Amino acid sequence: MVNENLVKDVVKEPYKYGFVTDIETEKIEKGLNEDIIRLISQKKEEPKFLLDFRLKAFKKWQKMKEPDWAGLGYKKIDYQDIIYYSAPKQKQKISSLDEVDPKLLETFDKLGIPLTEQKKLTNVAVDAVFDSVSIATTFREELAEHGVTFCSISEAVKNHADLIEKYLGTVVPASDNYFAALNSAVFSDGSFVYIPKGVTCPMDLSSYFRINSGDSGQFERTLIIAEESSSVSYLEGCTAPMFDTNTLHAAVVELIALDDASIKYSTVQNWYAGDEEGIGGIFNFVTKRGKCLGKRSKISWSQVETGSAITWKYPSCLLLGEESVGEFYSVALTNNLQQADTGTKMIHIGPKTKSTIVSKGISAGNSKNSYRGLVKMGTKASGSRNYSQCDSMLIGDQASANTFPYIKSQQPNSEIEHEASTCRISEDQLFYLQSRGIEFEEAVSMMVSGFCRDVFNQLPMEFAAEADKLLALKLEGSVG
Amino acid sequence: MQNKMKESDPILEVKNLSASTDNLPILKGVSLTVYPGEVHAIMGRNGCGKSTLSKIIAGHPSYNITNGDIKFLGENINSLEPEERAQSGIFLGFQYPIEIPGVSNLEFLRVSTNARRKFLNKEELDTFDFEELVKEKLEIVKMDHAFLSRSVNQGFSGGEKKRNEILQMALLEPKIAILDETDSGLDIDALRIVASGIKKISNAQTGIILITHYQRLLDEIKPNYVHVMSDGQIIKTGESNLALELEEKGYEWTDNFIKET
Repeated sequence: MVNENLVKDVVKEPYKYGFVTDIETEKIEKGLNEDIIRLISQKKEEPKFLLDFRLKAFKKWQKMKEPDWAGLGYKKIDYQDIIYYSAPKQKQKISSLDEVDPKLLETFDKLGIPLTEQKKLTNVAVDAVFDSVSIATTFREELAEHGVTFCSISEAVKNHADLIEKYLGTVVPASDNYFAALNSAVFSDGSFVYIPKGVTCPMDLSSYFRINSGDSGQFERTLIIAEESSSVSYLEGCTAPMFDTNTLHAAVVELIALDDASIKYSTVQNWYAGDEEGIGGIFNFVTKRGKCLGKRSKISWSQVETGSAITWKYPSCLLLGEESVGEFYSVALTNNLQQADTGTKMIHIGPKTKSTIVSKGISAGNSKNSYRGLVKMGTKASGSRNYSQCDSMLIGDQASANTFPYIKSQQPNSEIEHEASTCRISEDQLFYLQSRGIEFEEAVSMMVSGFCRDVFNQLPMEFAAEADKLLALKLEGSVG
Repeated sequence: MQNKMKESDPILEVKNLSASTDNLPILKGVSLTVYPGEVHAIMGRNGCGKSTLSKIIAGHPSYNITNGDIKFLGENINSLEPEERAQSGIFLGFQYPIEIPGVSNLEFLRVSTNARRKFLNKEELDTFDFEELVKEKLEIVKMDHAFLSRSVNQGFSGGEKKRNEILQMALLEPKIAILDETDSGLDIDALRIVASGIKKISNAQTGIILITHYQRLLDEIKPNYVHVMSDGQIIKTGESNLALELEEKGYEWTDNFIKET
């Protein structure tokens, strides 16, 4: 009985970040082969070990098949029709922000990520990535004083080659999956974070990814290393222009936490989702994984996934260290013809390891939203525990929600707890709020954010408020 | 006294109201007029249409008005959204208050109060000012401050839910409050608190409709009129002693009534 049209109106808010920056770019030709990979590596002046890493990955990728087990419906991707390197043209060496093309600074300004000295955010250091390259990183000197390295991964390859060689591909090996192999072969840029022993990073670190060109893929690579007893909170945001073609985004994120270290990784993903008919939008095929290598280490993922035509990602934790902790807090909202297949893997290897999964899926329009997760207790994971809670909310009667929890236990002395629920925004709840004078749309967004409360509570403050607003925007017009 | 009240205009006029849900007629010509300062009680068996009447006045979308009018302060409100009715001063106290997980009671009360204040051209309250106001109102229903930080009605006992309803009424200061079985599920102490709360909030300018099965609420709040509903109609209207008579004789007694037209 809920007025369907009204609901639809609520979800129809136009995408605010759909503009294209008109800037001269250096693009290499379309297509993928060994020469292209050599060219990318050469452009980035990479050491030999990295070129070898790429070429090996490419060989593996060629032998692999694009996975179809997630049951996502999309037109086959032509990997030869993608540009694998696209960078805004600017002077070769940039020594300060003043030399960055004002158009780029303006772009990030418009996205709410001011980079210039006068305007930059005061409490967050930002690495801004535009298509294939990192444009600027703020607060570098201040961070350096604490021994924290925060820079683009290209730069890290030059200045911290030892760390890159030691850790790159150790959490997500090139052969892990089809898209990870592709990323390993062609990754262009991304962020690198190194927190030395005993250091608590003095501010939140953040990367902002912007896809600008319609025909190039984005393949960023992020590596975060937290040494013993260190801690860091890292945020990631993403937007892209509106194109009627699909753009491939295949990122890899690797996190490493040593003894007593903790990494908190938060994402607000708002890639262009395509229009109401499902034309255009980003294919967001991402591999994110953290390795709790040390004792009592902790890796916590929180994500708010609202954009992309298709989201396919499972931020996971490998819990090796004794008493290490993995967490996954997720809100995934789909509308119109969006598809999301997201969840996590918690692999308990060490003893007394603990993991928590809280997933909230909201499906509106004709969208499909699935939680897919694996909890595995290995033979040595004695005394380990997992708690999972997967809730779905359906808006309207055309959307679908699924939960696929996989559980494998080889350790009798471990506990796995799983709770799942599906609900609709009920007419009674809406009426109750409305009968207290609360406007229909506000009532819906109140209930949706109430539904997501457990996850929002895990986000850094500024992000939580933004996530709340974003959800309300995305749902505008979808409920009724 | 009675006549003096009627010199003013009615707050609520329900005229020959018929309504249905899923093509099933529920109300079959109900008329009811409430003047400022009046308390009306509506009694009747479960399923006679009492709750439906209250929901229709508040604008529940599941019911279609097939005939008749609802006028509030002289204006026809048949086509107004529930939130518009609430903002303009119609309050429905729910028989079963709804739980809203994850939404903090405090925030809910604040947004709701501000929606009403906005309508009244009063300044909207920020979190701090609202805290002050709500503290004062908590006194009326003897509720603990801790209720505010919980999710709306979630995990509340029956009595706590009902007190939360009266707290909302206190904050919204409605022109008319329709209280649907607010007394059911309350122990004697809670009933007294709720009843005294209702009395404190209402005044000579407000109207109250009490939907109830029991005399004990009407002992606390004496109604000017008692209406008995059966099968979607008001079959008898009397003064407060009608409720006593009903209590004594039971609803069977009313089966013999023929609708007085």
